[in-house]
Amino acid sequence: MGKIMTRMGDGFPVEMSESEIRSDLEAGTEDAADRGKIAPLSKEELQYLYDLFASPYRFVGVEPGNEIVLSYDGGALKITRAAVNVDRVQSMQIHEKILGADTIELGHVDYSFKPVKPIVGTEQTALEQTLAATHVPLFYGAMPNLGLYSQPDGPHPNPSELLPLGKIDAARESYEMSVEDAVKDIVFVASAMYESGADGINMDTTGAAGDPDFLAGLKAAEILKEKYPDICIELGMAAEFVLGLHGELEYHGNRLAGLYPHDQVKMAEKAGFTIFGPVVNIKTSRSIPWNLARAITFIKACCEVANIPIHANMGMGVGGVPMNPHPPIDVVSRASKAMVEICRLDGL
Amino acid sequence: MGDPLGMAISHAIASGMGGMRAAGDLVARMQMTRGMKIDQAKAYVADKLRVSVADLTDPVIMTEIREDLEIGSIYPLPGCAKGLEAKFRIAELLDIDINCIRRLKNKGWL
Repeated sequence: MGKIMTRMGDGFPVEMSESEIRSDLEAGTEDAADRGKIAPLSKEELQYLYDLFASPYRFVGVEPGNEIVLSYDGGALKITRAAVNVDRVQSMQIHEKILGADTIELGHVDYSFKPVKPIVGTEQTALEQTLAATHVPLFYGAMPNLGLYSQPDGPHPNPSELLPLGKIDAARESYEMSVEDAVKDIVFVASAMYESGADGINMDTTGAAGDPDFLAGLKAAEILKEKYPDICIELGMAAEFVLGLHGELEYHGNRLAGLYPHDQVKMAEKAGFTIFGPVVNIKTSRSIPWNLARAITFIKACCEVANIPIHANMGMGVGGVPMNPHPPIDVVSRASKAMVEICRLDGL
Repeated sequence: MGDPLGMAISHAIASGMGGMRAAGDLVARMQMTRGMKIDQAKAYVADKLRVSVADLTDPVIMTEIREDLEIGSIYPLPGCAKGLEAKFRIAELLDIDINCIRRLKNKGWL
Protein backbone atom coordinates (compact mmCIF):
# COMPACT_ATOMS: atom_id res chain seq x y z
CA MET A 1 0.00 0.00 0.00
CA GLY A 2 1.19 3.53 -0.75
CA LYS A 3 1.38 6.41 1.62
CA ILE A 4 -1.66 7.27 3.74
CA MET A 5 -2.59 10.90 4.18
CA THR A 6 -3.41 11.83 7.76
CA ARG A 7 -2.51 14.75 10.02
CA MET A 8 -0.33 15.82 12.89
CA GLY A 9 -1.76 16.93 16.23
CA ASP A 10 -1.70 20.55 15.07
CA GLY A 11 -3.80 19.67 12.03
CA PHE A 12 -1.12 19.90 9.35
CA PRO A 13 -1.27 17.15 6.70
CA VAL A 14 1.30 14.37 6.79
CA GLU A 15 1.84 11.26 4.66
CA MET A 16 2.66 8.09 6.57
CA SER A 17 3.39 4.52 5.52
CA GLU A 18 1.31 1.58 6.69
CA SER A 19 3.98 0.55 9.19
CA GLU A 20 4.31 4.12 10.51
CA ILE A 21 0.55 4.31 11.14
CA ARG A 22 0.54 0.93 12.90
CA SER A 23 3.57 1.88 14.95
CA ASP A 24 2.00 5.18 16.05
CA LEU A 25 -1.29 3.50 16.97
CA GLU A 26 0.57 1.00 19.15
CA ALA A 27 2.77 3.66 20.72
CA GLY A 28 -0.25 5.88 21.47
CA THR A 29 -2.22 3.19 23.27
CA GLU A 30 0.88 2.01 25.16
CA ASP A 31 1.56 5.55 26.34
CA ALA A 32 -1.96 5.86 27.79
CA ALA A 33 -1.84 2.37 29.31
CA ASP A 34 1.47 3.13 30.97
CA ARG A 35 0.44 6.51 32.35
CA GLY A 36 -3.05 5.49 33.47
CA LYS A 37 -2.21 1.94 34.59
CA ILE A 38 -5.00 0.73 32.33
CA ALA A 39 -5.38 -1.85 29.58
CA PRO A 40 -4.08 -0.96 26.10
CA LEU A 41 -6.35 -1.36 23.08
CA SER A 42 -6.72 -4.90 21.73
CA LYS A 43 -5.32 -6.06 18.39
CA GLU A 44 -8.83 -5.93 16.93
CA GLU A 45 -9.32 -2.34 18.11
CA LEU A 46 -5.96 -1.30 16.68
CA GLN A 47 -6.87 -2.97 13.38
CA TYR A 48 -10.20 -1.05 13.41
CA LEU A 49 -8.26 2.19 13.84
CA TYR A 50 -5.78 1.26 11.11
CA ASP A 51 -8.62 0.49 8.67
CA LEU A 52 -10.22 3.81 9.56
CA PHE A 53 -7.08 5.80 8.80
CA ALA A 54 -6.38 3.76 5.65
CA SER A 55 -9.88 4.30 4.25
CA PRO A 56 -9.84 6.72 1.31
CA TYR A 57 -12.98 8.59 2.28
CA ARG A 58 -12.99 12.29 3.02
CA PHE A 59 -15.61 11.90 5.74
CA VAL A 60 -16.76 8.87 7.73
CA GLY A 61 -19.53 8.23 10.27
CA VAL A 62 -20.78 5.66 12.77
CA GLU A 63 -22.81 2.67 11.68
CA PRO A 64 -26.58 3.21 11.93
CA GLY A 65 -27.67 2.44 15.48
CA ASN A 66 -24.45 3.72 17.04
CA GLU A 67 -25.45 7.40 17.08
CA ILE A 68 -25.04 9.31 20.34
CA VAL A 69 -26.26 12.65 21.72
CA LEU A 70 -24.20 15.81 21.65
CA SER A 71 -23.64 18.39 24.37
CA TYR A 72 -21.61 21.57 23.89
CA ASP A 73 -19.29 23.84 25.81
CA GLY A 74 -19.28 27.53 25.03
CA GLY A 75 -21.92 26.82 22.42
CA ALA A 76 -23.49 30.26 22.52
CA LEU A 77 -20.18 31.94 21.83
CA LYS A 78 -18.85 30.07 18.81
CA ILE A 79 -20.98 31.83 16.22
CA THR A 80 -20.41 35.33 17.56
CA ARG A 81 -16.70 34.48 17.92
CA ALA A 82 -16.69 34.01 14.14
CA ALA A 83 -17.87 37.63 13.90
CA VAL A 84 -21.34 36.63 12.75
CA ASN A 85 -23.71 39.24 14.09
CA VAL A 86 -26.29 37.26 16.00
CA ASP A 87 -27.18 37.48 19.66
CA ARG A 88 -27.03 34.52 22.02
CA VAL A 89 -30.70 33.56 21.75
CA GLN A 90 -30.35 33.47 17.95
CA SER A 91 -27.14 31.51 18.31
CA MET A 92 -29.03 28.89 20.33
CA GLN A 93 -31.73 28.73 17.66
CA ILE A 94 -29.06 28.23 15.00
CA HIS A 95 -27.58 25.35 16.97
CA GLU A 96 -31.01 23.78 17.42
CA LYS A 97 -32.47 24.26 13.96
CA ILE A 98 -29.40 24.39 11.69
CA LEU A 99 -26.49 22.57 13.36
CA GLY A 100 -28.42 19.44 14.41
CA ALA A 101 -27.75 20.00 18.12
CA ASP A 102 -29.31 17.53 20.56
CA THR A 103 -28.78 19.99 23.42
CA ILE A 104 -27.77 23.65 23.54
CA GLU A 105 -25.70 25.64 25.99
CA LEU A 106 -25.97 29.27 26.98
CA GLY A 107 -22.96 30.97 28.52
CA HIS A 108 -21.50 34.39 29.21
CA VAL A 109 -18.64 35.67 27.06
CA ASP A 110 -16.28 35.39 30.04
CA TYR A 111 -17.52 31.81 30.55
CA SER A 112 -16.67 31.67 34.27
CA PHE A 113 -19.00 31.57 37.27
CA LYS A 114 -17.35 34.46 39.12
CA PRO A 115 -17.94 37.24 36.54
CA VAL A 116 -21.54 36.07 36.04
CA LYS A 117 -22.41 36.62 39.71
CA PRO A 118 -22.86 40.44 39.53
CA ILE A 119 -24.86 40.22 36.27
CA VAL A 120 -26.80 37.08 37.06
CA GLY A 121 -30.17 38.79 36.48
CA THR A 122 -29.19 39.66 32.91
CA GLU A 123 -28.12 36.08 32.34
CA GLN A 124 -31.37 34.73 33.78
CA THR A 125 -33.37 36.90 31.39
CA ALA A 126 -31.36 35.65 28.40
CA LEU A 127 -31.87 32.10 29.61
CA GLU A 128 -35.62 32.54 30.03
CA GLN A 129 -35.89 34.09 26.55
CA THR A 130 -33.96 31.15 25.09
CA LEU A 131 -36.15 28.62 26.87
CA ALA A 132 -39.25 30.25 25.41
CA ALA A 133 -37.90 30.11 21.86
CA THR A 134 -36.27 26.66 21.73
CA HIS A 135 -37.21 23.01 22.15
CA VAL A 136 -34.07 20.97 22.94
CA PRO A 137 -32.61 20.74 26.47
CA LEU A 138 -30.72 23.86 27.53
CA PHE A 139 -27.60 23.89 29.70
CA TYR A 140 -26.14 26.98 31.33
CA GLY A 141 -22.37 26.63 31.13
CA ALA A 142 -19.39 28.22 32.88
CA MET A 143 -16.00 27.29 34.34
CA PRO A 144 -14.99 27.24 38.05
CA ASN A 145 -11.82 29.08 36.88
CA LEU A 146 -9.99 29.29 40.18
CA GLY A 147 -7.39 31.59 38.66
CA LEU A 148 -9.86 34.46 39.11
CA TYR A 149 -9.67 34.18 42.91
CA SER A 150 -6.00 35.10 43.37
CA GLN A 151 -4.35 38.49 43.06
CA PRO A 152 -4.43 40.59 40.93
CA ASP A 153 -7.83 39.25 39.72
CA GLY A 154 -9.11 38.11 43.10
CA PRO A 155 -8.74 38.60 46.85
CA HIS A 156 -6.25 35.87 47.80
CA PRO A 157 -2.43 35.87 47.59
CA ASN A 158 -1.20 34.44 44.31
CA PRO A 159 0.11 30.88 44.77
CA SER A 160 2.22 31.22 41.63
CA GLU A 161 4.14 34.00 43.36
CA LEU A 162 4.28 32.25 46.73
CA LEU A 163 5.55 28.88 45.50
CA PRO A 164 8.83 30.15 43.95
CA LEU A 165 9.54 31.83 47.29
CA GLY A 166 9.20 28.49 49.04
CA LYS A 167 6.03 29.62 50.85
CA ILE A 168 4.26 26.32 50.25
CA ASP A 169 1.94 26.46 53.25
CA ALA A 170 0.81 30.00 52.33
CA ALA A 171 0.19 28.94 48.73
CA ARG A 172 -1.88 25.97 49.89
CA GLU A 173 -3.85 28.17 52.26
CA SER A 174 -4.59 30.57 49.41
CA TYR A 175 -5.87 27.72 47.23
CA GLU A 176 -8.09 26.48 50.08
CA MET A 177 -9.63 29.94 50.53
CA SER A 178 -10.15 30.21 46.77
CA VAL A 179 -11.99 26.88 46.76
CA GLU A 180 -14.44 28.13 49.38
CA ASP A 181 -15.13 31.34 47.44
CA ALA A 182 -15.50 29.52 44.13
CA VAL A 183 -17.97 27.04 45.62
CA LYS A 184 -20.16 29.94 46.81
CA ASP A 185 -20.10 31.57 43.35
CA ILE A 186 -20.83 28.33 41.47
CA VAL A 187 -23.74 27.51 43.77
CA PHE A 188 -25.10 31.07 43.54
CA VAL A 189 -25.04 31.24 39.73
CA ALA A 190 -26.13 27.64 39.11
CA SER A 191 -29.04 28.03 41.56
CA ALA A 192 -30.22 31.17 39.78
CA MET A 193 -30.07 29.51 36.37
CA TYR A 194 -31.81 26.38 37.59
CA GLU A 195 -34.55 28.42 39.24
CA SER A 196 -34.99 30.30 35.94
CA GLY A 197 -35.68 26.98 34.22
CA ALA A 198 -32.35 25.66 32.88
CA ASP A 199 -32.48 21.96 32.05
CA GLY A 200 -28.93 21.50 33.23
CA ILE A 201 -25.73 23.12 34.40
CA ASN A 202 -22.50 22.47 32.53
CA MET A 203 -19.50 22.92 34.81
CA ASP A 204 -16.91 23.09 32.09
CA THR A 205 -13.10 23.04 31.95
CA THR A 206 -13.05 21.91 35.57
CA GLY A 207 -9.60 21.27 36.96
CA ALA A 208 -7.98 23.95 34.79
CA ALA A 209 -6.31 25.27 37.94
CA GLY A 210 -5.47 21.79 39.18
CA ASP A 211 -6.74 19.89 42.20
CA PRO A 212 -8.23 22.98 43.97
CA ASP A 213 -10.28 23.76 40.86
CA PHE A 214 -11.52 20.17 40.67
CA LEU A 215 -12.37 20.16 44.38
CA ALA A 216 -14.39 23.38 43.99
CA GLY A 217 -16.46 21.72 41.25
CA LEU A 218 -17.06 18.58 43.30
CA LYS A 219 -18.08 20.50 46.43
CA ALA A 220 -20.40 22.80 44.48
CA ALA A 221 -22.12 19.85 42.79
CA GLU A 222 -22.66 18.18 46.14
CA ILE A 223 -24.41 21.28 47.50
CA LEU A 224 -26.48 21.79 44.34
CA LYS A 225 -27.61 18.17 44.29
CA GLU A 226 -28.73 18.39 47.90
CA LYS A 227 -30.54 21.67 47.21
CA TYR A 228 -32.16 20.48 43.95
CA PRO A 229 -32.31 16.66 43.85
CA ASP A 230 -33.56 16.64 40.22
CA ILE A 231 -30.87 18.97 38.84
CA CYS A 232 -28.76 17.74 35.92
CA ILE A 233 -25.10 18.75 36.21
CA GLU A 234 -22.52 17.88 33.58
CA LEU A 235 -18.86 17.90 34.56
CA GLY A 236 -16.51 18.76 31.72
CA MET A 237 -12.86 18.33 32.59
CA ALA A 238 -9.95 20.56 31.58
CA ALA A 239 -7.28 17.93 31.06
CA GLU A 240 -6.60 14.20 31.23
CA PHE A 241 -4.64 14.51 34.47
CA VAL A 242 -5.54 16.52 37.59
CA LEU A 243 -2.52 18.69 38.26
CA GLY A 244 -1.41 18.75 41.88
CA LEU A 245 -1.08 22.49 42.30
CA HIS A 246 -2.01 22.09 45.95
CA GLY A 247 -1.05 18.47 46.07
CA GLU A 248 -2.77 17.32 49.25
CA LEU A 249 -6.44 18.01 48.60
CA GLU A 250 -8.74 15.06 49.07
CA TYR A 251 -12.38 14.31 48.33
CA HIS A 252 -14.00 11.59 50.46
CA GLY A 253 -10.53 10.32 51.35
CA ASN A 254 -9.25 10.28 47.77
CA ARG A 255 -6.27 12.43 46.81
CA LEU A 256 -7.30 14.43 43.75
CA ALA A 257 -3.86 15.22 42.33
CA GLY A 258 -2.86 12.77 39.65
CA LEU A 259 -6.26 11.30 38.88
CA TYR A 260 -6.92 10.15 35.31
CA PRO A 261 -10.41 9.98 33.73
CA HIS A 262 -11.29 6.48 35.01
CA ASP A 263 -10.68 7.72 38.58
CA GLN A 264 -12.08 11.23 38.01
CA VAL A 265 -15.47 9.77 37.05
CA LYS A 266 -15.73 8.04 40.42
CA MET A 267 -15.30 11.40 42.16
CA ALA A 268 -17.94 12.89 39.82
CA GLU A 269 -20.39 10.13 40.73
CA LYS A 270 -19.82 10.66 44.47
CA ALA A 271 -20.47 14.40 44.08
CA GLY A 272 -23.77 13.79 42.28
CA PHE A 273 -22.91 14.78 38.72
CA THR A 274 -25.33 13.45 36.09
CA ILE A 275 -22.98 13.37 33.09
CA PHE A 276 -19.18 13.20 32.99
CA GLY A 277 -17.07 14.69 30.20
CA PRO A 278 -13.53 13.31 30.25
CA VAL A 279 -10.69 15.04 28.41
CA VAL A 280 -7.55 13.67 26.82
CA ASN A 281 -5.17 16.31 25.53
CA ILE A 282 -3.57 16.41 22.09
CA LYS A 283 0.19 16.33 21.63
CA THR A 284 0.70 18.57 18.61
CA SER A 285 4.09 17.09 17.71
CA ARG A 286 2.67 13.56 17.36
CA SER A 287 0.40 12.21 14.63
CA ILE A 288 -3.38 11.96 14.90
CA PRO A 289 -3.19 8.12 14.82
CA TRP A 290 -0.91 8.30 17.90
CA ASN A 291 -3.15 10.84 19.61
CA LEU A 292 -6.43 9.11 18.82
CA ALA A 293 -5.25 5.67 19.97
CA ARG A 294 -4.02 7.28 23.16
CA ALA A 295 -7.24 9.22 23.77
CA ILE A 296 -9.47 6.22 23.11
CA THR A 297 -7.46 4.08 25.55
CA PHE A 298 -8.11 6.57 28.36
CA ILE A 299 -11.77 7.17 27.51
CA LYS A 300 -12.54 3.47 27.08
CA ALA A 301 -11.19 2.76 30.57
CA CYS A 302 -13.39 5.57 31.89
CA CYS A 303 -16.51 4.25 30.14
CA GLU A 304 -15.92 0.75 31.49
CA VAL A 305 -16.15 1.86 35.11
CA ALA A 306 -18.75 4.64 34.75
CA ASN A 307 -22.29 4.34 36.06
CA ILE A 308 -23.33 7.74 34.66
CA PRO A 309 -23.48 8.80 30.98
CA ILE A 310 -20.11 9.73 29.47
CA HIS A 311 -19.85 12.63 27.00
CA ALA A 312 -16.20 12.65 25.90
CA ASN A 313 -14.75 16.06 25.10
CA MET A 314 -13.87 16.20 21.42
CA GLY A 315 -13.38 19.87 20.75
CA MET A 316 -10.29 21.51 19.37
CA GLY A 317 -7.13 20.01 20.87
CA VAL A 318 -8.71 17.16 22.82
CA GLY A 319 -9.99 13.64 22.19
CA GLY A 320 -7.97 13.07 19.03
CA VAL A 321 -9.13 16.31 17.37
CA PRO A 322 -6.29 18.55 16.13
CA MET A 323 -5.25 21.66 18.01
CA ASN A 324 -6.39 24.03 15.30
CA PRO A 325 -9.30 26.49 15.18
CA HIS A 326 -10.38 24.93 11.88
CA PRO A 327 -10.32 21.21 12.60
CA PRO A 328 -10.21 19.27 9.29
CA ILE A 329 -13.28 17.10 8.76
CA ASP A 330 -11.27 14.06 7.60
CA VAL A 331 -9.70 13.52 11.02
CA VAL A 332 -12.58 14.96 13.09
CA SER A 333 -15.02 12.49 11.54
CA ARG A 334 -12.57 9.60 12.05
CA ALA A 335 -12.02 10.59 15.68
CA SER A 336 -15.77 10.98 16.23
CA LYS A 337 -16.62 7.57 14.77
CA ALA A 338 -13.78 5.69 16.48
CA MET A 339 -14.33 7.25 19.90
CA VAL A 340 -18.04 6.45 19.85
CA GLU A 341 -17.74 2.90 18.49
CA ILE A 342 -14.75 1.64 20.47
CA CYS A 343 -15.64 3.28 23.80
CA ARG A 344 -19.42 2.70 23.53
CA LEU A 345 -19.94 6.34 24.48
CA ASP A 346 -23.21 7.92 25.58
CA GLY A 347 -22.43 11.27 24.01
CA LEU A 348 -19.84 13.77 22.94
CA MET B 1 -13.18 25.82 20.34
CA GLY B 2 -13.14 25.05 16.67
CA ASP B 3 -15.21 26.58 13.90
CA PRO B 4 -18.81 25.32 13.63
CA LEU B 5 -18.30 23.34 10.42
CA GLY B 6 -15.14 21.66 11.67
CA MET B 7 -16.54 20.82 15.08
CA ALA B 8 -20.29 21.01 15.69
CA ILE B 9 -21.42 20.06 12.20
CA SER B 10 -18.78 17.36 11.70
CA HIS B 11 -19.68 15.60 14.96
CA ALA B 12 -23.42 16.00 14.31
CA ILE B 13 -23.12 14.32 10.93
CA ALA B 14 -20.50 11.70 11.88
CA SER B 15 -22.10 10.45 15.07
CA GLY B 16 -24.97 12.66 16.30
CA MET B 17 -28.63 11.75 16.58
CA GLY B 18 -29.76 14.79 14.61
CA GLY B 19 -31.31 16.88 17.38
CA MET B 20 -34.94 17.82 16.73
CA ARG B 21 -34.54 16.80 13.07
CA ALA B 22 -34.98 13.36 14.59
CA ALA B 23 -35.19 12.37 18.29
CA GLY B 24 -31.78 13.44 19.63
CA ASP B 25 -33.28 16.02 21.97
CA LEU B 26 -35.67 13.46 23.46
CA VAL B 27 -32.91 10.91 24.09
CA ALA B 28 -30.76 13.67 25.60
CA ARG B 29 -33.60 14.53 28.00
CA MET B 30 -33.61 10.97 29.34
CA GLN B 31 -29.87 11.13 30.01
CA MET B 32 -30.32 14.46 31.75
CA THR B 33 -33.43 13.73 33.82
CA ARG B 34 -32.93 10.04 34.62
CA GLY B 35 -29.19 9.57 34.12
CA MET B 36 -29.84 6.87 31.52
CA LYS B 37 -27.01 5.47 29.44
CA ILE B 38 -27.45 5.79 25.68
CA ASP B 39 -29.01 2.38 24.89
CA GLN B 40 -31.47 2.62 27.77
CA ALA B 41 -32.41 6.19 26.83
CA LYS B 42 -33.01 5.24 23.19
CA ALA B 43 -35.14 2.24 24.18
CA TYR B 44 -37.20 4.38 26.57
CA VAL B 45 -37.90 7.07 23.96
CA ALA B 46 -38.68 4.51 21.24
CA ASP B 47 -41.16 2.83 23.56
CA LYS B 48 -42.88 6.12 24.41
CA LEU B 49 -43.08 7.11 20.72
CA ARG B 50 -44.10 3.58 19.69
CA VAL B 51 -41.38 3.37 17.08
CA SER B 52 -38.26 1.25 16.63
CA VAL B 53 -34.90 2.43 17.96
CA ALA B 54 -33.70 2.71 14.34
CA ASP B 55 -36.51 5.19 13.60
CA LEU B 56 -35.17 7.61 16.21
CA THR B 57 -32.46 8.91 13.87
CA ASP B 58 -34.56 8.96 10.69
CA PRO B 59 -35.52 12.56 9.88
CA VAL B 60 -38.37 11.59 7.54
CA ILE B 61 -40.10 9.26 9.99
CA MET B 62 -39.40 11.47 12.99
CA THR B 63 -40.67 14.65 11.32
CA GLU B 64 -44.03 12.97 10.74
CA ILE B 65 -44.10 11.73 14.33
CA ARG B 66 -43.07 15.08 15.74
CA GLU B 67 -45.74 16.87 13.75
CA ASP B 68 -48.41 14.33 14.78
CA LEU B 69 -47.45 14.56 18.45
CA GLU B 70 -46.89 18.32 18.36
CA ILE B 71 -43.47 18.16 20.02
CA GLY B 72 -41.71 20.70 17.81
CA SER B 73 -40.21 20.41 14.34
CA ILE B 74 -37.56 22.15 12.27
CA TYR B 75 -40.10 23.74 9.89
CA PRO B 76 -43.18 24.26 12.07
CA LEU B 77 -46.47 24.68 10.28
CA PRO B 78 -48.84 27.47 11.36
CA GLY B 79 -50.68 26.47 14.51
CA CYS B 80 -48.18 23.71 15.43
CA ALA B 81 -46.76 23.65 18.93
CA LYS B 82 -43.54 25.62 19.27
CA GLY B 83 -41.20 26.47 22.14
CA LEU B 84 -42.76 26.09 25.58
CA GLU B 85 -45.96 24.63 24.12
CA ALA B 86 -43.97 21.82 22.50
CA LYS B 87 -41.97 21.25 25.68
CA PHE B 88 -45.18 20.88 27.65
CA ARG B 89 -46.13 18.05 25.26
CA ILE B 90 -42.64 16.48 25.49
CA ALA B 91 -42.85 16.40 29.30
CA GLU B 92 -46.19 14.59 29.12
CA LEU B 93 -45.09 12.21 26.39
CA LEU B 94 -41.84 11.15 28.11
CA ASP B 95 -43.34 11.29 31.60
CA ILE B 96 -40.57 13.58 32.85
CA ASP B 97 -40.34 16.93 34.55
CA ILE B 98 -39.01 19.68 32.30
CA ASN B 99 -37.70 22.40 34.56
CA CYS B 100 -39.09 25.45 32.75
CA ILE B 101 -42.52 23.80 32.40
CA ARG B 102 -42.54 22.90 36.09
CA ARG B 103 -41.71 26.54 36.80
CA LEU B 104 -44.77 27.68 34.84
CA LYS B 105 -46.94 25.11 36.59
CA ASN B 106 -45.71 26.33 39.96
CA LYS B 107 -46.82 29.82 38.96
CA GLY B 108 -50.28 28.42 38.36
CA TRP B 109 -50.23 29.24 34.66
CA LEU B 110 -50.79 25.71 33.36
